[in-house]
Amino acid sequence: MKTSSFTAIALCTALLVAGTTSALVTNDYFFSASYTVLQFVVLATAWNILGGFTGYVNFGSAAFFALGAYSSIVLDKLFEAPITLSILSGTAVAALVGLGMGYLTLRLRGVFFAIATLAFAEVLFTFVVNWDYVGGARGAYVVLQGRPPLGFRSFVQFLFAIMALMAAGAVAIARFVQTSTLGLGLAAIRDDEVAAECSGVPTLRLKLVSTTVSGGLMGMAGATFPYFLSYVEPHGVFSLSYAVNSIAMPLIGGMYDWAGPVIGALLLGGLQQVLQVNVSADWNLFLVGALLVVFVTIAPHGIMGWTFRRGRRARPT
Amino acid sequence: MSGALLVAKGVTKRFGGFVALGGVDLSVGAGERVGLIGPNGSGKSTLVNCIAGTVRGGGSIEFDGHDLAPLPPHRRIRLGIARSFQIPRPFASMTVLDNLRIPLLYAARAHPLLQRSRGRETEEALSILRQVGLEAKAGRLSRELTQVDMRKLELARAIASHPKLLVADEALAGLSASEVDEILAILLEMKGRGVAVILIEHMMRAVLRFSERIAVLVVGRKIADGPAETVLRDPAVERAYLGQ
Ligand SMILES: Nc1ncnc2c1ncn2[C@@H]1O[C@H](COP(=O)(O)OP(=O)(O)OP(=O)(O)O)[C@@H](O)[C@H]1O
Ligand SMILES: [Mg+2]
Repeated sequence: MKTSSFTAIALCTALLVAGTTSALVTNDYFFSASYTVLQFVVLATAWNILGGFTGYVNFGSAAFFALGAYSSIVLDKLFEAPITLSILSGTAVAALVGLGMGYLTLRLRGVFFAIATLAFAEVLFTFVVNWDYVGGARGAYVVLQGRPPLGFRSFVQFLFAIMALMAAGAVAIARFVQTSTLGLGLAAIRDDEVAAECSGVPTLRLKLVSTTVSGGLMGMAGATFPYFLSYVEPHGVFSLSYAVNSIAMPLIGGMYDWAGPVIGALLLGGLQQVLQVNVSADWNLFLVGALLVVFVTIAPHGIMGWTFRRGRRARPT
Repeated sequence: MSGALLVAKGVTKRFGGFVALGGVDLSVGAGERVGLIGPNGSGKSTLVNCIAGTVRGGGSIEFDGHDLAPLPPHRRIRLGIARSFQIPRPFASMTVLDNLRIPLLYAARAHPLLQRSRGRETEEALSILRQVGLEAKAGRLSRELTQVDMRKLELARAIASHPKLLVADEALAGLSASEVDEILAILLEMKGRGVAVILIEHMMRAVLRFSERIAVLVVGRKIADGPAETVLRDPAVERAYLGQ
């Protein structure tokens, strides 16, 4: 399928789902749970562009998510910016930081790169905790005023619709990356960076594209978060859950294909929502850990790899 | 040598205190076939790495009129320097065919990154695979290949970049006599296309059959360089290499 048709179908599906559920479902809990699951679709898809396609494990997803969230807070404090502007700026800030982090750390490989991303998240966390303008450790309020736009009954419904569109967009971008010449080059880097460079792949440049796109999409997911919760504080935004889930979901779904993180996020994110309501949120990370152990031993290439036994890969055709 | 394709002068490389290359000169003319021999650990692969850019050493290397010093490996292969790895390094998650599409898209033609290739390179990839006898395995994952097939893939991938100089680092190791003949035939054919080849090889029979010129490295120094008859009769070579 062509990229443009796929993108159109993805976006239309998102609109359709958002439209029909808004008309039929009245319980706001449904929208807030679905919002959270779709937020993980974006995060997992974004993580996978760098982690799955390119082979660089990022432990700092929470930091990029937080960059998006806090850039919205800053814009709201400055002039109560409209949400579209917040999304754009959250994406841009996180993308720029992704580029910068790429420059500083991409000469590191494997576990050293992973540790650098972890350190980066820690540094950013410390910075935010000490930044009074955005509320420091106390956190900040962002309250949407007036009536929900576009005829939505509640702000949660509205935000769910936006997140559905962003998820569709992120998935379309990931699929586009995977099926382009760029994706083939990224796969070469993942398999053997020296051999890739010796086959003409400009590895540094491609890795920077990868960190930028991956970081930007994570920031996008975070940009609507303050509106969703109305109140954010650093411990919530930098939660371990984001770093762990954005790695676990692609791992469980399959990292070599754009569909893997989507499947993983829907499955794991959905299960976590169910668990949270019926048991307790404290069990969420336990669930992730248990599933990870199962998958790493039984299906190391995730659900996608298990379904398509022959090991799928970046395949631009 | 004027008009030479590759001119390496005083190439040095140290690993810590160990001198792997102690100032090596090597020139290769367009379409020339050079055999590079030397005992284990004499610095042959290190010299290849310096030329390909995967290792940074001292001295100067010019290729096709370009100073290579500032160029990363991917720029060097685009100029026309292809190498096969002594220990095969296939793109393990990809099929054999896709392994070739990488250099075809990234080195042979500068393909726009944000496009799907329309698959025109597939045709060429298949024809290169046919040459090295891997066509039937085009759809296999490269990590499932035998060692011998991985060597053929190394060579095929190097050829796919449209090189002017191909450095084959022990491409024949482990091959049967008939397979050696096959690969040698392919390498000899490169001359017809004006491609220069440096063949690094321990098997003297193959080196002698292939090379127009032989250079000998011993502990990081070149001790002889010239036509096969002269080099092999050189007493220094006999002492240091053949006589051992
Ligand atoms: N990365 C490295 N770090 C330290 N020493 C190295 C490194 N690479 C090579 N050497 C050393 O440099 C010397 C030359 O190695 P090189 O691989 O170039 O030899 P070679 O001529 O290709 O040998 P062979 O015929 O076994 O392939 C060897 O003694 C080797 O141990
Ligand atoms: Mg060697």
